[in-house]
Amino acid sequence: MSALHIAGLVKRFGALTATDDLNLSVAENELHAIIGPNGAGKSTLIGQITGEIQPNSGTITMFHTDVTRWSVPQRSLAGLARSFQITQLCQGFTAEDNVALAIQARQGSSFRFFADARKDRRLRDPARAALARVGLADRADRLVEELSHGEKRQLEIAITLAMTPRLILLDEPMAGMSHDESQKIVALLSSLKGTATIVLIEHDMDAVFALADRLSVLVSGRIIATGTAEEIRVNPDVRDAYLGGDA
Amino acid sequence: MQRGERISQILVALATIALVALPVVAATFGSTYAVTLATRLLIYGMVAVSLDLIIGYGGLISFGHAAYFGLGGYTVAILAFQLAEGVPIFGYDGTNEALVAWPLAMLVSGLAALVFGALSLRTSGAYFIMITLAFAQMVYYVFVALKYYGGDDGLAMARRNTLGGARIVDPQIFYYICLGLLAAVIFLVGRFTRSRFGMVLTGARMNERRMAALGFSVMRYRLVAFVIAGMIAGLGGALWANLARFVSPDMMAWTKSGEFMVMVILGGLGSLFGPVLGAAAFILVESTLSELTEYWQVLFGPVVVLIALFAPRGLWGWLTVRRRGA
Ligand SMILES: Nc1ncnc2c1ncn2[C@@H]1O[C@H](COP(=O)(O)OP(=O)(O)OP(=O)(O)O)[C@@H](O)[C@H]1O
Ligand SMILES: [Mg+2]
Repeated sequence: MSALHIAGLVKRFGALTATDDLNLSVAENELHAIIGPNGAGKSTLIGQITGEIQPNSGTITMFHTDVTRWSVPQRSLAGLARSFQITQLCQGFTAEDNVALAIQARQGSSFRFFADARKDRRLRDPARAALARVGLADRADRLVEELSHGEKRQLEIAITLAMTPRLILLDEPMAGMSHDESQKIVALLSSLKGTATIVLIEHDMDAVFALADRLSVLVSGRIIATGTAEEIRVNPDVRDAYLGGDA
Repeated sequence: MQRGERISQILVALATIALVALPVVAATFGSTYAVTLATRLLIYGMVAVSLDLIIGYGGLISFGHAAYFGLGGYTVAILAFQLAEGVPIFGYDGTNEALVAWPLAMLVSGLAALVFGALSLRTSGAYFIMITLAFAQMVYYVFVALKYYGGDDGLAMARRNTLGGARIVDPQIFYYICLGLLAAVIFLVGRFTRSRFGMVLTGARMNERRMAALGFSVMRYRLVAFVIAGMIAGLGGALWANLARFVSPDMMAWTKSGEFMVMVILGGLGSLFGPVLGAAAFILVESTLSELTEYWQVLFGPVVVLIALFAPRGLWGWLTVRRRGA
């Protein structure tokens, strides 16, 4: 069964075709990496899967439901979660507040007006647990603006996982992290393997080859190859277009 | 944080004591002017608190809040007028009873906020400011044109509403009614802002994109906040009509919307109690400067700018938040 199925997707920005008749199928519980040079259209693809960007044509199917016309919140509630390449956090809230909001989003309507959300253990306990998973337990009460760049990246991942998604899109989650921090995230992602479908965009080839079940190579809005790490490594087109001589 | 909260609690306690004692103290000096002035403060404070819910917490810069204030005022004045004239309105005889008229005022303002909010919340930024202003101006001109209700000249109320059948003659009693309602509004808005609803409303101000990605349809939460704020402003307008025993289109002029914004910014955005302090400062400055010169606003403008520059969290923030590094 495929968790995500994309057919004939096209997105143009003026004269530029950022997504060019793209087809992609990701199996349930697969960890599928997408690699490609800067400006290849990776974030534009993520944007279309989440609903932030409307494609010019093509369809996006999530768990056998056509979601091409769905809004961002609708897709999110259907089990989709994404991390942003450029962190998107609620500045002015603490790390824990940010994660608690992700949990709140999955507990039904938020038209609840009277009880103090910050004293609600059904929000706070799982929020702390999610922070602990990414190694931010001791930063829970810090305001976002007090966190380091790497910590904000970790928080971004804690929020994504706290949404208990079935389909996770990670847009360069390790970018800007220290080596230790990214090691922790690689371990975390590999522990998630088999429990959710993950689409991972990442430039760090060591991480990609260690984690991915399959890879797709995106160049100029087109997927030029899909396969296992071994198949991609020896694919001559990929070597020419992307991996260059050093793979 | 902790120290700021302590200071807030002390300030609120002191303000409560002062406001409760004020009519008694004023009575010993034989002054009714002070009670009237303080009642204005309570009503303006209530409207400013409601505006803070959408501007300070929600980040929705509405420049038309006076429309809901005015609609609330006109609702009670018109209901009393129709009753006195013996002419039913929409098949209803009208009423002079606060327990009916005030909730109706909130309903009318809330419905207007629902319609205008649903249309204006599709926009953001400067467009939102302009469109909320445009709707308020529309309401303003409707009432200027309604000659039956006095048009430009406004509409007088022969006497105050009755409360549960009893007349409210004593200005002190009316003052305490306003004080009680202001306390209720602050209590409720305080609850709302700390609830799950409030977290979504505030989060959407901080990062709308993130909130949508989490699965929140932020527009719905914003609309509900907009309607709540409109209803409270409507109650404020109903009280104002009873204080002045008069309503006029001036209640919904764009300058009035601007004054409410000044109170919120002066007091401190998103500070719950701050807008009441802002309203107090506004009324004090207005009543002292306006005795010196009729161009008092020319003097007041720079004062507001200075406060915005040197106390970005408003008077409340300046009093309660410890300055970093100092
Ligand atoms: N909103 C937009 N308007 C116009 N052009 C855009 C827009 N968004 C992206 N582009 C262009 O589309 C192309 C693909 O951009 P995209 O951000 O998807 O690339 P990417 O693969 O994520 O790159 P990176 O590795 O640098 O993150 C780029 O040439 C970019 O300049
Ligand atoms: Mg990108």
